[in-house]
Amino acid sequence: MTTIETPASRSGPFSGGRLFTLAGRYGTFVAFLALILFNVIVTPNFLSLQTLNVNLTQVATIVIVATGMTLVIATGGIDLSVGSLMAISGALAPMIFMGRFWPVENMALAVALAFVIPVVVAGLFGLFNGALVTRFSIQPIIATLVLFIAGRGIAQVMTNGNLQVFKNEGFQFIAMGRIAGIPAQVVLMAVIVALAWAMVRYTVIGRQIIAVGGNEKAARLTGIPVKRVKLFVYMVSGLLAGVAGLVVVARNAASDANLVGLGMELDAIAAVAVGGTLLTGGRANIIGTVLGAFVIQLVRYTLLANGVPDAAALVVKAALIVLAVFIQQRADKH
Amino acid sequence: MQAILRPFAIKSSGDIARLGVILALLGLILFGALRYDYFLSPYNILSFLRYNSMFALIALGMAFVIITGGIDLSVGGTAAMASVVAALLSPHHWAAGLLGGMAAGLAVGAVNGFIITKMRIQPFIATLATMLAAYGTGLLLAGNQSVSVSYDSGFTVIGQDDFLGFPIPAWIALAAYVAGWLVLEKLPIGRHILAIGDGEATAGLMGLKVERTLAGVYLASGALAGLAGVVLAAQFGAGQPTEGVGWELFAIASVVVGGTLLTGGAGSVGATLAGALLLAMVFNILNFENGLGWISLSAYWQSVIRGAFLLVVVVLQAKLMKKHEGA
Repeated sequence: MTTIETPASRSGPFSGGRLFTLAGRYGTFVAFLALILFNVIVTPNFLSLQTLNVNLTQVATIVIVATGMTLVIATGGIDLSVGSLMAISGALAPMIFMGRFWPVENMALAVALAFVIPVVVAGLFGLFNGALVTRFSIQPIIATLVLFIAGRGIAQVMTNGNLQVFKNEGFQFIAMGRIAGIPAQVVLMAVIVALAWAMVRYTVIGRQIIAVGGNEKAARLTGIPVKRVKLFVYMVSGLLAGVAGLVVVARNAASDANLVGLGMELDAIAAVAVGGTLLTGGRANIIGTVLGAFVIQLVRYTLLANGVPDAAALVVKAALIVLAVFIQQRADKH
Repeated sequence: MQAILRPFAIKSSGDIARLGVILALLGLILFGALRYDYFLSPYNILSFLRYNSMFALIALGMAFVIITGGIDLSVGGTAAMASVVAALLSPHHWAAGLLGGMAAGLAVGAVNGFIITKMRIQPFIATLATMLAAYGTGLLLAGNQSVSVSYDSGFTVIGQDDFLGFPIPAWIALAAYVAGWLVLEKLPIGRHILAIGDGEATAGLMGLKVERTLAGVYLASGALAGLAGVVLAAQFGAGQPTEGVGWELFAIASVVVGGTLLTGGAGSVGATLAGALLLAMVFNILNFENGLGWISLSAYWQSVIRGAFLLVVVVLQAKLMKKHEGA
């Protein structure tokens, strides 16, 4: 049926505005269900454990990074450096347990340090981003552009651009291991998402993040430590990028500073946008981001599984991003 | 400080930043000329200009977009796609390759303009999406591999030959910058672009055709990215669908180093060129420094140094801005 948008019809159950509101709220979820339904009917062997595992493991790192990105975007910022921070963390970890910095005497300790140090380093770089944004009032795009450019270079300089190949069961558990039959990286993803969701919903800092993004001036006047909140989200984004970097190199049993996390910032931003978090800030829809990442992943999988080349999937992804943001913006106006 | 700056007609912190980048560029050239024997050799100068013209073209388009308060992330993907289109059309005629590549860039620019002005989606997201679409289209057209250009139609002249002793890509970039300078400084449309960057709503109330101007700016950025793609294909003899990754951010860095504020409303064509040359010269000097043999910095250092450079510039700019606002 066609609807003509007039002020009177706005409150009507089938008016254009209402449709956009509904689409904005549930569109990503409906798209997700529709994609699954489509695949069940069309794609052979879709309903198998293997398909589920392939999709979940491919999406895990994007979701982890996108969770941090959601928090940054909720404050009205953006973090372009996540891919480069993944490269740094991914380059550091093998260097630690392969004894490039100091001889490894206790492998268990070395592996533990290989988990902790890279993530902490990535978190510190995240703090650096936050410091540029808060201390010098540099726009987030530019502030994080610094490490986008320099970060991968740091990783390349550390490894001299060489591929680090390794085999280390303890370290690779983060990607290859299974917890109760579920891939460890998927469990890790679920835990991170759950923590972030609970933080946004139930903690003071979570509400402060939303407040800062919604109206920074008002947030400051109500006594919210705006700078500290911003420092916090950039640090979390860095930490999560560090974790994602570990997962990627553990999965590949190799670390290539030229490739780890390449283009991740765009995938993460796309997931956030499709998931319904406005890029202007003031909202942090963690579950939406997860759905957004899943929808993008499923679209790609659907196209690939049905013989559409990867390049065409890029075009579809582009259309999807524009459509999703368009619908959400329209929904927001009503 | 004030006395030194007076002759340059400094009026704002932006002027200081723009003067700074030009002085820094001159300083770097002087440093290179004194330190390295062949820094000012014709070979180095010409190959420097030939290679970096592509980036200068993209930075010019980016400067215009940023002056309106927007951003164009699609330029790298557009250049890659345009290089493929140009390579595919090059066997017919050299002009077919040139115009085809530019048309591909214009097409992306038109889509950007439509999404931004008609669908009212933020430039960041709109051009992020078209960047993906441009890469996808380029890969589809190229069949996932690089496409060799025709060497018979004279297409490669665009990238490889000289005119009056200077590389043709450098002439192309020079012409684009002169045109860009005329548009921004001398034509009414330049005032409109600046006014829109200062405040879209106000510009609209003043009766400026905001949507049309914005669309035009994204068209120009697309066309310049397309031209860069043509130069890329002609210079390296192939359309390269996976090239151009990160070009957009390099261009943004050039524009920022050139003193154009990301908030829009101010900017300079000449300082953008200086910014692009400055960032490119970091790499050039690194090569020479390695050649001296005192130190051995791998090519990977260039991104670290460029990043550090960008950091210094933005921090200085931020401090200048604060001082200016405080005064």
